[in-house]
Amino acid sequence: MLTEIAEVVTVKKYGSNTNLIKVHAPGIASKAEPGQFCNIKVSETNFPLLRRPFSICEVKGEHLFFMFDIQGEGTSILGCKKKGDKLNILGPLGNGFNTGIEFDTAVIVAGGIGAAPFPFLLSRLKKKKVICLVGGRSEAQIITYGMKNIYISTDDGSNGFKGTVVQLAERIKDKFTGGKVQFFACGPNAMLKALKQFCMENNFSCQVSTESAMACGFGICQGCPMPAANEEKYYLVCKDGPVFNAKDIIL
Amino acid sequence: MSGINLKVKIGSLELKNPVLLASGTVGYGNEISQFTDLSKIGGIVTKSISLKPRKGNPPQRIVETHGGMLNAIGLANVGVEEFINSKIPFLKEVNSTVICNIAASSVEEYVECTRILTEEDAIKAFEINVSCPNVKDGGLEFGHNPSAVGTITGRVRGATNKPVIIKLSPNVSRISDFAKIVKSEGADAVSAINTLVGTAFNIWTKKPKIKNITGGLSGPAIKPVALAKVLEISRNVDIPIIGIGGIMNWQDAVEFMIAGAAAVELGTVNFVNPNAGIEIINGLTEYCEKINIKEIKEIIASYQL
Ligand SMILES: Cc1cc2nc3c(=O)[nH]c(=O)nc-3n(C[C@H](O)[C@H](O)[C@H](O)COP(=O)(O)OP(=O)(O)OC[C@H]3O[C@@H](n4cnc5c(N)ncnc54)[C@H](O)[C@@H]3O)c2cc1C
Ligand SMILES: Cc1cc2nc3c(=O)[nH]c(=O)nc-3n(C[C@H](O)[C@H](O)[C@H](O)COP(=O)(O)O)c2cc1C
Ligand code: FES
Repeated sequence: MLTEIAEVVTVKKYGSNTNLIKVHAPGIASKAEPGQFCNIKVSETNFPLLRRPFSICEVKGEHLFFMFDIQGEGTSILGCKKKGDKLNILGPLGNGFNTGIEFDTAVIVAGGIGAAPFPFLLSRLKKKKVICLVGGRSEAQIITYGMKNIYISTDDGSNGFKGTVVQLAERIKDKFTGGKVQFFACGPNAMLKALKQFCMENNFSCQVSTESAMACGFGICQGCPMPAANEEKYYLVCKDGPVFNAKDIIL
Repeated sequence: MSGINLKVKIGSLELKNPVLLASGTVGYGNEISQFTDLSKIGGIVTKSISLKPRKGNPPQRIVETHGGMLNAIGLANVGVEEFINSKIPFLKEVNSTVICNIAASSVEEYVECTRILTEEDAIKAFEINVSCPNVKDGGLEFGHNPSAVGTITGRVRGATNKPVIIKLSPNVSRISDFAKIVKSEGADAVSAINTLVGTAFNIWTKKPKIKNITGGLSGPAIKPVALAKVLEISRNVDIPIIGIGGIMNWQDAVEFMIAGAAAVELGTVNFVNPNAGIEIINGLTEYCEKINIKEIKEIIASYQL
């Protein structure tokens, strides 16, 4: 974990509302693991006050990539950055995906901007069989950047299967074969909750990358609780997560 | 060496410089030590400790507002026993002054926590958080009731020989009346302010943005209020004051000291810039050089009204 003043290299539009920003941050890049995130100060003033958390999308050499949707003030400012601008970045933060476990087939499930952490994860899974399920409300929210062997679902049927990405998983579950299967998922909480249910019923192990409002991002404010499944306590999303084993938390 | 002396005294408590890190914004020190050198900091105030562990409030606990943030953490903490076993060993090694902040839901709990923790050499002083619901008084905060604050002060005073600092709530009409009472009950100092009660709504769902409905407002938005409270105490009561509220940089810290603070605590800024403490300490040295003074304590309560 460190703070680094990173120079912006490019900001590219990807689809209607999605941006991909590339920054030069050699210190964080050398330590980052897939599923970890950074807490980014988008301005040099006290407005917006707090940093904004973003998953590390990709690491190439000394460069970090973040993929983000414009939501409110913070992400709007980030979307207006130009080459040469400086960003104060804290990272890498949290516990990422655990790829040290035994598995043969990785099933990636991404909802909307939940696609963000997967290009980095897939770069570490080159020797595994990979299936990617990508969902969104409609065509415009489908992000397949850095994915392969892709199945798509949209709520309105404008692209691929009509329904949720978890219904899609149910539909094509006979494809989840080839040794031990491991799910890796990121997206809205409602999606993760439904996916957890699906994985429990079908006996698949599932890691989920979760979200919470955050202030510090490294464990000092207690602002990001996630209820534990087997104990009367809260985990902290920033420090104990953001990636959890789905069975350990109450979504 | 610059030859500038940053030492200050809060009653009998000596600090190597006036910059402390505020309760609830440094945890128990271990996480933030990855980003900053705690041995250079004047002091660390622990997250509020209660007798038993507290799980805290359900999410959402925090939300950003203009120039600040609301929090309703619900005093989540590890409890006295776990604090002694797993947090004190780290705090012993950091070579800064450790001030233990205590929260409780009854007068007896404040006393019991103090009695147990005063045995710990690593703890150099106590800061008592009276902005806590009193279960025996239907959940009303101790901090809003002058006689309750007086009782807590007197009883905690009787339980320890270490300096006792009472952290005052700003959600009262005359904060200096509270400072008077705690002084007469034997407190060594006051710290001011804790967070201001606030709320925020989502206009589409019409629901509060934090689950607890209201939360405590902190950050730069509260600085003018905090400064006025510090000044009010300084003008009316002869007691050392630790100034808190929206400090983001050394200029803010200087402003608090001019308004009457003998030391300051940094809160929300730690979330944004975990190295702010050291930057502010350096800024204070430069300020002394610029205005040609040798000791920072010369600026305490130096207001020209
Ligand atoms: C671990 C983690 C990883 C994330 N990774 C990505 C990513 O890779 N790409 C991406 O587009 N978004 C990601 N998000 C969500 C992103 O942080 C929010 O979209 C962003 O903070 C919105 O800021 P804003 O100022 O534009 O929105 P505003 O709505 O103006 O923000 C107001 C406040 O709410 C918080 N907030 C708003 N939406 C969210 C949210 N969904 N989750 C958590 N806090 C929120 C903000 O941080 C801020 O404090 C991630 C969130 C977390 C917790
Ligand atoms: C997330 C958060 C948690 C806090 N927890 C505590 C606490 O446990 N005990 C306490 O006395 N004050 C607590 N405070 C109040 C701060 O110590 C401080 O008084 C307040 O935030 C004002 O300072 P600031 O504007 O610099 O943040 C907390 C503040 C925040 C933002
Ligand atoms: S965001 Fe501060 S503890 Fe998690």
